[in-house]
Amino acid sequence: MRAPAVLALAAAAALAVAACAPEDPTTSAPTDQPSATTPTASSDPCATDGLPVRTKGKLTIATDQPVYGPWFEDDKPESGKGFEGAVAYAVAKEMGFEQPDVVWTRVKFNNAIQPGPKDFDFDINEFSITEDRKKAVDFSSPYYDVSQAIIALEGSKIANAESLADLKDARLGAQVSTTSYSVITDLVKPTVEPRVFPNNDNAKLSLQNGQIDGLVVDLPTAFYMTGAEIEGSKVVGQFELGQGTPEQFGLVLDKGSPLTTCVSRAVDALREDGTLDDLAQEWLADVAGAPVLGPG
Amino acid sequence: MPSADAPAPSALQVERQRFRSRQTVRSVLVAAASTAVLGVVLYFAVTGAPGWERVQERFLDPKIAADTFPAILRGLWLNIRLLVVCAICAFALGLLVALMRTLRGPVFFPLRALSTAYTYGFRGMPLIIVIYVMALGVPGLRLAGTPGVLVLGGAAIVLTYGAYLAEVFRAGIESVHPSQRAAARSLGLTYRQSMRFVILPQAVRRVSPPLLNDLVAMQKDVGLISLAGPIDAVSAAQIATGQSFNFTPYVVAGVLFVLLAVPLVAVTDWVTLRAARRQSAEGAA
Repeated sequence: MRAPAVLALAAAAALAVAACAPEDPTTSAPTDQPSATTPTASSDPCATDGLPVRTKGKLTIATDQPVYGPWFEDDKPESGKGFEGAVAYAVAKEMGFEQPDVVWTRVKFNNAIQPGPKDFDFDINEFSITEDRKKAVDFSSPYYDVSQAIIALEGSKIANAESLADLKDARLGAQVSTTSYSVITDLVKPTVEPRVFPNNDNAKLSLQNGQIDGLVVDLPTAFYMTGAEIEGSKVVGQFELGQGTPEQFGLVLDKGSPLTTCVSRAVDALREDGTLDDLAQEWLADVAGAPVLGPG
Repeated sequence: MPSADAPAPSALQVERQRFRSRQTVRSVLVAAASTAVLGVVLYFAVTGAPGWERVQERFLDPKIAADTFPAILRGLWLNIRLLVVCAICAFALGLLVALMRTLRGPVFFPLRALSTAYTYGFRGMPLIIVIYVMALGVPGLRLAGTPGVLVLGGAAIVLTYGAYLAEVFRAGIESVHPSQRAAARSLGLTYRQSMRFVILPQAVRRVSPPLLNDLVAMQKDVGLISLAGPIDAVSAAQIATGQSFNFTPYVVAGVLFVLLAVPLVAVTDWVTLRAARRQSAEGAA
């Protein structure tokens, strides 16, 4: 009885190996796609029909759920309203995809950065470009320069802070996996352990409850929260991020994606013709006048 | 006199013993072979996958593991402290509620109803929602002297687990044969004394495996308090992952949690074994 069982196990094992070792679609696609499909399009590798997108003729764009203003309006990216919604459609148009050809998909943060195949052509969700992150994913050219800001309730002990030193003893909070949190730990270095929230809704509630003194978010979000969401709150100030390159948002693509150069080219074109500035003006207008918090 | 020890085994018996030892060797060899085959298959299936290098880089980076280890360990310390405090409180609450539910007599109806409603409600309510309500909702009332988010989150865990433990304790109490109580009372022990010296010791011994099992489960669930802001081991790993887009910190946290659980699980197994032995010894005696 035993010997056949071993054989069966070995056979099953061999089958399992065969089943578990498929070709990697993401790495094989780029090599044969341009040569196999349209040799005439080789003059322009970013021609719309030759693009190795997930679904032919469609551009699949991902973002998180929920998404917040002023980046998206009402958690509805397909409306094209809000800065990132508008940028996504502008990039799509630049790449040759009209409004109906854009398919939105919702991808959680961890799924967007995992090493397996991706469910999207690119993901737009306030991803800050850093060298460390570039080891895991591809970023397009930056579409927005962002600074971080801190908001607090009127009358809180840090509401009138003028420098980083004034924030030292405050309990600060930020959303997890954001550069906002790094600002707290690397720049402010408070004496009280900061709080980290899974999303901005929990963070806002904690600020309103007085469980944290200040919440660090990017500047446009700070204005949106204080203006439209949290009554009696104010933007205390924005942070100066050293002398290096400014913090920038980029579109996230799979590591080694064949689309990266084409998406970057589209973003660059939009910056050059002023579209990005216009969209920022339209959706993120009032981010200018926040006082800068220096080391003091 | 050597011949008095035992009669020499018969030829048949010798053959039988030989056959048995041959079978034992054979089954060990087969087990070893099949384990080796499975191991080799898994090794090649995983490392031979086209994306293996990428996965290895993103999940098993020794440098990132070393860099993030201190922060995750600091988070784990919060988990451990919470576990100890919450476990003690939840056990006390569970025992109290179980005693309330097993009280007899019409005068105790309100207590019984209250404890029944509690165990029904909090066993049904997802822990995440209880934590949200306690840690983010209650402070919204702006009552003077509202405790911090750690205490509130801990209370949510105690309330939820107290309901499970109460049912385990109740099952234990009710599994003690009524004759035990009758015998204790007939010896002149009061209700409290018979509970204290006769019923509860037997009840707790019988349900100690499930009680410890709940403790192991609680060890993981105390981390849900991070939903309200405090940084535990898992959210420390999440922070580190967000900075590098590398998942190694999650693996580090996972390994630490397993190491934390191993002693607990071992104790659970030992207690289960001991309880089983005692039960069957009782039966045999």
